[in-house]
Amino acid sequence: MNTELLGIIAMFAITVALAIPFGKYIAKVYAGDKTLLDPVFNPIEKLFYRLSGIDAKAEMNWKQHMFALLTINFVWFLLGMFVLMNQGWLPLNPDGNPSQTADLAFNTSISFVVNCNLQHYSGESGVSYLSQLFLMFLQFVTAGTGLAAAAVLFIALKDRTTDKLGNFYNLFLKSCTRILLPVSIAIAVILVFNGTPMTFDGKDTIVNMQGDTVGVSTGPAAAFVAIKHVGTNGGGFFGANSAHPLENPNYLTNMTEMFAQMIIPLAMVFAFGYFLKRRKMTWMIFGVMTIGFLVLTVPTIIWENAGNPAITAMGIDNSSGAMEGKEVRFGTTASAFWSIATTVISTGSVNSMHDSTMPLSGMMQMLSMMTNAFYGGCGVGILNFFVFIILAVFISGLMVGRTPEFLGKKIEAREMKIAMIVALFHPLLILAGTALAAAFPEITAPNLNNPGFHGFSEMLYEYTSSSANNGSGFEGLGDNNPWWNITTGFVLILSRFLPIVGPVAIAGLMANKKFIPESAGTLRTDSGTFGIMVLAVIVIITALSFFPALTLGPIAEYFSMR
Amino acid sequence: MKTNIFPAIKLTIITLVFFAGVYTAVIWGVAQLAPNGGKGEVVTVGGKKYYTNIGQTFTQDKYFYSRPSAVDYNSAGSGGSNKGPSNPDYLATVQARIDTFLVHNPGVEKKEIPVELVTASGSGLDPDITSKSALVQVKRIAAIRKLSPETVEQLVAKNTEGPLLGMFGPEKVNVLKLNIALDELK
Repeated sequence: MNTELLGIIAMFAITVALAIPFGKYIAKVYAGDKTLLDPVFNPIEKLFYRLSGIDAKAEMNWKQHMFALLTINFVWFLLGMFVLMNQGWLPLNPDGNPSQTADLAFNTSISFVVNCNLQHYSGESGVSYLSQLFLMFLQFVTAGTGLAAAAVLFIALKDRTTDKLGNFYNLFLKSCTRILLPVSIAIAVILVFNGTPMTFDGKDTIVNMQGDTVGVSTGPAAAFVAIKHVGTNGGGFFGANSAHPLENPNYLTNMTEMFAQMIIPLAMVFAFGYFLKRRKMTWMIFGVMTIGFLVLTVPTIIWENAGNPAITAMGIDNSSGAMEGKEVRFGTTASAFWSIATTVISTGSVNSMHDSTMPLSGMMQMLSMMTNAFYGGCGVGILNFFVFIILAVFISGLMVGRTPEFLGKKIEAREMKIAMIVALFHPLLILAGTALAAAFPEITAPNLNNPGFHGFSEMLYEYTSSSANNGSGFEGLGDNNPWWNITTGFVLILSRFLPIVGPVAIAGLMANKKFIPESAGTLRTDSGTFGIMVLAVIVIITALSFFPALTLGPIAEYFSMR
Repeated sequence: MKTNIFPAIKLTIITLVFFAGVYTAVIWGVAQLAPNGGKGEVVTVGGKKYYTNIGQTFTQDKYFYSRPSAVDYNSAGSGGSNKGPSNPDYLATVQARIDTFLVHNPGVEKKEIPVELVTASGSGLDPDITSKSALVQVKRIAAIRKLSPETVEQLVAKNTEGPLLGMFGPEKVNVLKLNIALDELK
């Protein structure tokens, strides 16, 4: 078997194998059970609570959880605006990079607070080292926010009736210290020993072998790149993200970074099963997600390996595949695999330039973000999937004439309304945003890097990436200007917090209901049949919402090239 | 809101110190044990320092070419061309690169030119080419440097790095290392 294919199979297999024990560990952390790291973190967390005046044992209902979550996120946003707009004179700025404009700082701050990392700047020139470290802080705490929200869901779905769902600060801090931090340290150490820089020196200058003088950007990148993946953030230290040879120096770091971004989303699925003691349910969810992931990945790898037909027609040796925008050390297979992994999960880091991938590969990347249900980001992945489960429970309940129930709780009109709003809000933001951009060509057309159908794809991708809180881009788009900074900024806020509050609200409402033990009359929600039902709901919603738009972009481009 | 705002501010400050400060310091400390103290891997040749992981522009015929770059290998920045596969201007650029290559490499047929030699990388700083991209340039290098093609081929073979553990990922040739070795042949 060829080594490129073997590389991705090994990468995926290792990740799944480690996600199972790690999921068990996560479940223990949220249940408050004893773990190996207690002696290290118990005193640290105690100190943090004392200093900030928090009673970590005070239980909250779902509304109190959400107020605490939104408040602290708002603090981060304001602080982010301040740091970015003043980085020019603040310390740790050896390259003398200027402060960000208000609209860019607005977009940057929001996109890091919502775990998206859209990045309308380039890391080498757009931010100081202080800002990089602040953004890295956001990469920890926003991933922790998502995980904490998912933990509230876990607690709410236990088989009992209560409105006491743990303490937000406790779940949040434990997510950061006990889940994100240890993995990040391990990943950063691997990167450092493989050539990723970790220094506070400014830009270096060298004279190359042909005698030209060029600059070399370095910086404290290793620490940043680790949490960028572990927290499914995706914001690159350098402009070229993980395609940059310092951010991702070799095939081993490529496997490491791929592992780092997939491990927590996968482990959360297993944590769900361990926490609620429903192992079969875990395999149903994991199965649906993996089928979805593979259906998107396999064709993308085939198309990228086949290469650009327009270049084949030129008569050269096109056997290496679609190499425009790709690195030799990764090859087309690992690049294609990464492009789907990073879009189904909300990471959005790239190791090749998506703008230059084949038309239908670009469509698959967009579809990954449009479905937004396979694996998904830190915590939010399982929240998104929960919404689809609720929809599937309701629809299949109606089909067979049973009361819709999930984990012993009735699903009623109120929960359904919330689920519908959350599920339909995502397509609304993407399509309305793109329609708006297409309606003002005098503003948006000059920002496009490619003519025709592909130009439309660039706009569609940008709003899709914003609404999925993904952060990757068809980077040809000239997006650092008020139109893109402001419109995507609003899409980002709306698409982050509604899909967190919605599912948590549903779970909170369910937790308050009477627990009905499962009987012969209960619709089984952990069977393969139900898995197919969930998959069907996801496919139908995505297909009906997005295929008209995709036809105007990637599909039209594909047919124009034949 | 009121019950949350002060704990939120205080917790933000403390976690900021912890995750941006302590975590960074730990990794920085570990980096001091890494090659070149975490400042990026370098090689020094004739008193000149080069970063081995960062590609350099090689356009002179006496050197093995590196891949085209959207940022001219100036690593003060980074980035790809972001040209779409159907973009007519882009396709014209690729065609022009093929024509230029044929002019500079007499005796090479069009169907031997690997696609990676006429397309730009994602970072614009790709340090590597494939071994077939190096081998297609052997005739030119051998003629200019007055070496036997076998010698140059052996040099390429010596500088080809296999897949990780012999199993995972593609093989590659670091253009900088190859050209340094080429200069050292004489």
